[in-house]
Amino acid sequence: MKVLVPVKRVVDYNVKVRVKSDGTGVDIANVKMSMNPFDEIAVEEAVRLKEKGVVTEIVAVSCGITQCQETLRAAMAIGADRAILVETSEELQPLAVAKLLKALVDKEQPQLVILGKQAIDDDCNQTGQMLAALAGLPQATFASKVELGGSAGEGHAHVTREVDGGLETLKVRLPAVITTDLRLNEPRYMTLPNIMKAKKKPMEVIKPSDLGVDVTPRIKTLKVSEPPKRGAGVKVPDVATLVAKLKNEAKVI
Amino acid sequence: MAALVIAEHDNASIRGATLNTVTAAIACGGDVHVLVAGHNAGPAAAAAAQIAGVTKVLHADAPGLDHGLAENVAAQVLAVAADYSHLLFPATAAGKNVAPRVAALLDVAQISDATKVLSPDTFERPIYAGNAIATVQALDAVKVITVRTTGFDAAAATGGSAAVEVIAAVADAGSSSFLGSEIAKSDRPELTAAKIIVSGGRALGSSDQFNAVLTPLADKLGAALGASRAAVDAGYAPNDWQVGQTGKIVAPSLYIAAGISGAIQHLAGMKDSKVIVAINKDPEAPIFSVADYGLVADLFTAVPELVDSL
Repeated sequence: MKVLVPVKRVVDYNVKVRVKSDGTGVDIANVKMSMNPFDEIAVEEAVRLKEKGVVTEIVAVSCGITQCQETLRAAMAIGADRAILVETSEELQPLAVAKLLKALVDKEQPQLVILGKQAIDDDCNQTGQMLAALAGLPQATFASKVELGGSAGEGHAHVTREVDGGLETLKVRLPAVITTDLRLNEPRYMTLPNIMKAKKKPMEVIKPSDLGVDVTPRIKTLKVSEPPKRGAGVKVPDVATLVAKLKNEAKVI
Repeated sequence: MAALVIAEHDNASIRGATLNTVTAAIACGGDVHVLVAGHNAGPAAAAAAQIAGVTKVLHADAPGLDHGLAENVAAQVLAVAADYSHLLFPATAAGKNVAPRVAALLDVAQISDATKVLSPDTFERPIYAGNAIATVQALDAVKVITVRTTGFDAAAATGGSAAVEVIAAVADAGSSSFLGSEIAKSDRPELTAAKIIVSGGRALGSSDQFNAVLTPLADKLGAALGASRAAVDAGYAPNDWQVGQTGKIVAPSLYIAAGISGAIQHLAGMKDSKVIVAINKDPEAPIFSVADYGLVADLFTAVPELVDSL
């Protein structure tokens, strides 16, 4: 079974971004970039399925600038077999990425697409669901457990999802799109031998036009600003003072 | 121009998040209709008709709509979408699951987690875990929006008298099915709707201590219980208690953070709370930078003391 794993290059989750003074965006010059953490979980899950013998090939995909090759190399160091970069310097929004991925799903015919539930830069939480809709596939979002079953040609997945109030389990027919939540797994560390091996794995670079996809943005960012600052309050010396303040000053209890 | 709110409900009643979404829909201008897609969802549709500001309720009822399966609910929304300029979903697990499918099939972009409606096509939304606020303009004719409930007041649940129109339910796509759920039954208020939240972090040390220390305080205050990601990852609290950018976004009147250091990702989920209390023994913990009242103390003595003095 072939699995497609889309990965996004984002500002590393440990970096606290700064809003540019001209309000056009956040400053990402000279900032550490990494694979979106949710996508890393997706790669790890695909690799675990391959280690179980359920999956035979893992294809990592990224859409964006040349440097996304680094993200794809990282995916291959975790265990993806080959990579495809859809290279463009245009701004890519979730709908455009979903269309690019849909074209690749048509071409590669994977039984499963597994990707992060959201990227930690734009926090959109859209791409997986959009891809599923465009490709006419069922979806199981926010997965905390994935089990593949059935037989070739009639496969299905049982997916436990993190929903408001607890967990729910869905059965989806394959091919399907699964998006990962935080607790699906803990990605392994990349080892040096695997990083070296990843450098030799095949990477195909194509353009959005090769897939016949128009990636023109549909949302215009007018301004990016700092969130309103919340000032620090006061330190109280003991519990009695705290209770008095909550009762008499804040009047919340 | 009219807006359609896709209701979040359990067939018997409307969930609170729907009310905040109605407020956002009203801000978009034009009439506000509500779609209740479910199974045996008559009571939910009747409740939706009572919401102040709603002029029509569309009720689609079929077994395939019972558990909010994304494929079926999205198809149901698309069946009526042509009549609307705005389609709004609460930014809950259910809304986030369905909305992008609708947007993609309409070939329009989606605005996620809108916190403010500036005009019918311009919205504010947080990016980078709330470390920046983007003002965005949707260029497509139809706007598909998920609404961050903490950004909007709840519409009054009663006072309206909309007509309920029963519409044809779409066929079950059959590509996915609901097998079961483990939803915790609790007498506590729902986390995202609670007026007071007591939240614990990794400092609690174990699931037993988490419950032993925080439950009495939550009981006393009639509060919901929350947790930091660290506490959830460590298994001290269930995943649906997680407050933060990737968990629940909350804005109660009072948020008590006990033993939570205050990682950016946690602050993103609670910093819009009206009053924040932090109890932590580390005076340098980042949580104190957003707390209205900070108590530098060992939570294992301070929290029981707090329970006794309430």
